Amino acid sequence: MPTQKTLAVTGNVLVAEAMRQCAPDMMAAYPITPQTTIVEEFAKFVANGRVHTEYVTVESEHSAMSACVGASAAGARVMTATSSQGLAYMWEELYIAAGMRLPIVMANANRALSAPINIHCDHSDIMGARDAGWILLFAETAQEAYDNTLMAVRIAEHPDVLLPAMTCLDGFITTHSIDRAQVMDDESVTAFVGDYRPTYSLLETDTPVSHGSFAGLGGPYFEFKKSQRMAIERARGVIKEVGEEFSKLSGRPFGMVEGFGMEDAEVAIVVIGSTAGNSRHVARQLRAKGVKTGVVKVRCFRPFPYAELAEMLKGVRAVAVLDRSESFGAEGGPLFLETRSALYDLHERIPVVDYIYGLGGADVKTEFIERVFTDLTDIATGAAAPSGLVYLGAR
Amino acid sequence: MATIKELSRREDRLEGGHRLCAGCGASIAVRQILLGAGETPVIASCATGCLEVSTTIYPYSSWKVPFIHNAFENSAATISGVESAFKGLQRAGKIPADKRVKFVAFGGDGGTYDIGLQSLSGAMERGHDMVYVCYDNGAYMNTGIQRSSATPLGAWATTTEVGKVGRGKSMRRKDLTSIIAAHNIPYVAQASISDWKDLTAKSEKAFAVEGPAFINVFAPCPRGWRIPYNMSVAIAKSAVQTAFWPLFEVVDGEWRYTKRSVNRENRAPVEEFLKPQGRFKHLFKPGNEELLASVQTEVDRYFDYVLKRCGL
Repeated sequence: MPTQKTLAVTGNVLVAEAMRQCAPDMMAAYPITPQTTIVEEFAKFVANGRVHTEYVTVESEHSAMSACVGASAAGARVMTATSSQGLAYMWEELYIAAGMRLPIVMANANRALSAPINIHCDHSDIMGARDAGWILLFAETAQEAYDNTLMAVRIAEHPDVLLPAMTCLDGFITTHSIDRAQVMDDESVTAFVGDYRPTYSLLETDTPVSHGSFAGLGGPYFEFKKSQRMAIERARGVIKEVGEEFSKLSGRPFGMVEGFGMEDAEVAIVVIGSTAGNSRHVARQLRAKGVKTGVVKVRCFRPFPYAELAEMLKGVRAVAVLDRSESFGAEGGPLFLETRSALYDLHERIPVVDYIYGLGGADVKTEFIERVFTDLTDIATGAAAPSGLVYLGAR
Repeated sequence: MATIKELSRREDRLEGGHRLCAGCGASIAVRQILLGAGETPVIASCATGCLEVSTTIYPYSSWKVPFIHNAFENSAATISGVESAFKGLQRAGKIPADKRVKFVAFGGDGGTYDIGLQSLSGAMERGHDMVYVCYDNGAYMNTGIQRSSATPLGAWATTTEVGKVGRGKSMRRKDLTSIIAAHNIPYVAQASISDWKDLTAKSEKAFAVEGPAFINVFAPCPRGWRIPYNMSVAIAKSAVQTAFWPLFEVVDGEWRYTKRSVNRENRAPVEEFLKPQGRFKHLFKPGNEELLASVQTEVDRYFDYVLKRCGL
């Protein structure tokens, strides 16, 4: 079993530590708040000779991901980190990284998108990239950000998967707050993540291979896309397998969805990221008063755990989805759309209400969560569900 | 520098049978550049464009070297990633310490002067051991002859149309080679497919230096320039003879003019370069004499600038 030490550090420091332990061969670095301290921490590892990583200080996020694509195609273990506008600027490259089946691992500090400009937490940036073909893991805490990073490497590089993976943590709330977390010893991490063995590397100069070929004009573009879907479907099993192995090793749980009180919950909140903690806190208080509350945290957004979510929500009488991003013109936020779709095949029809909250780092107060549970209890006892979106705490 | 005999014995690293047009300057440029690399393994990246789509139609590839196409604007950033991976893997002992590899990025003028300028500038500044080769045909040819910042003054393009009011491109071209020289990298050159000895020699020098190198290669496009396919090399030659495209190199900051047979006194009039090309046809119509004269003035201004930088 690994030796673990307990630290009191920020989420970003832990992500950088996890990256160091995974020993990337190449890292692309470009600053953007609130991600910057990840690449800054890593720069110290470079300066102190603690890593063999070639640290590439690119001139933009677009070049960050472009260089990562080149390096990954060359057979290197490759990492980078970004946030918000930076992720948006990479958008073109996100699809290319996934389409070329390159297991790049990237941290994203979840932050609002302009305009108006705002540097604080929400999930607009990452939800804009949700269909890019990446595996998306979300952290509630700094500990989960650390754990997710280690697992992301294993999942992305698995021969049945070979897809890029993003490990997402809430800007400032998780990236910059000092939290208590356990860190494994280097040897255990090395053994857990293993070596990356690329199938086709550009650096095998005796057996030249062309990457990024043209598949139009009646070529097999459609078939490539189908095989990409098959890969992310295979990732479901790999994520569970890797999660179980990691749980045994670390003593910490991992599920694509994780429930609180779901054994007997009558009303439940579905949530992503740091607000899961606030939700559990309120749910626990209400349980003490006899309200059968539950919270489902979605830790893996792509591939989306439809079956697991439906199984967990089965029997609940009313569900609230907390969305920290908009999908303008759609019926609700991204998590709402996925959740309601996941519940469609159940025999019972569960009312689902979408709450948009915390955009641009707007406060998430416990009374907001209380209000959500009150609404759900009313709906469960026969009140009409609100029609349309509910904005929690918008002035 | 290799003789033509030696060059003829080297392996052609861009196989024939690709789908570029007859007379395309891009494939000539690529073959000459790769010949200049000698026997050392080379890894190539290429921007989206004619060269890429015509040489890598899945499952075929004309590239006999490891090749990567990523997107339009990031050929430089992509090869910088490949080179960085090589360094990281070598440092980790996963690649033998004595293994030598050379890295080259190709891009057209649209992918280099315009949309890829940031990516190129960043890679040059970071000092990667790489050669960037721009094949300059003066427009976005793959998308159908739209003007780029490399399109010459007065040229017709499908976005600088000639009509009752329009007289082709009204701005002069960007001097990309000087911009890259201002990055103070070890080697920068301007070359042409017509002067193969000069071009392969520059390629050899570019690959030989430690750190970034850049070569801007004049590469006519018969389709976009409205010239017969068998005129590409002749037109490129006339660009050099008229000093429309002066050949020079900048070695560690020292500018050197490499076509001493063409000077201020004996350079041919630019009309010799313009006249055979359909894209300049309107310049020779009555009423456009002033525009034609301004093209000559611009060519002379740039030639004078280059010669002065070279101390001539």
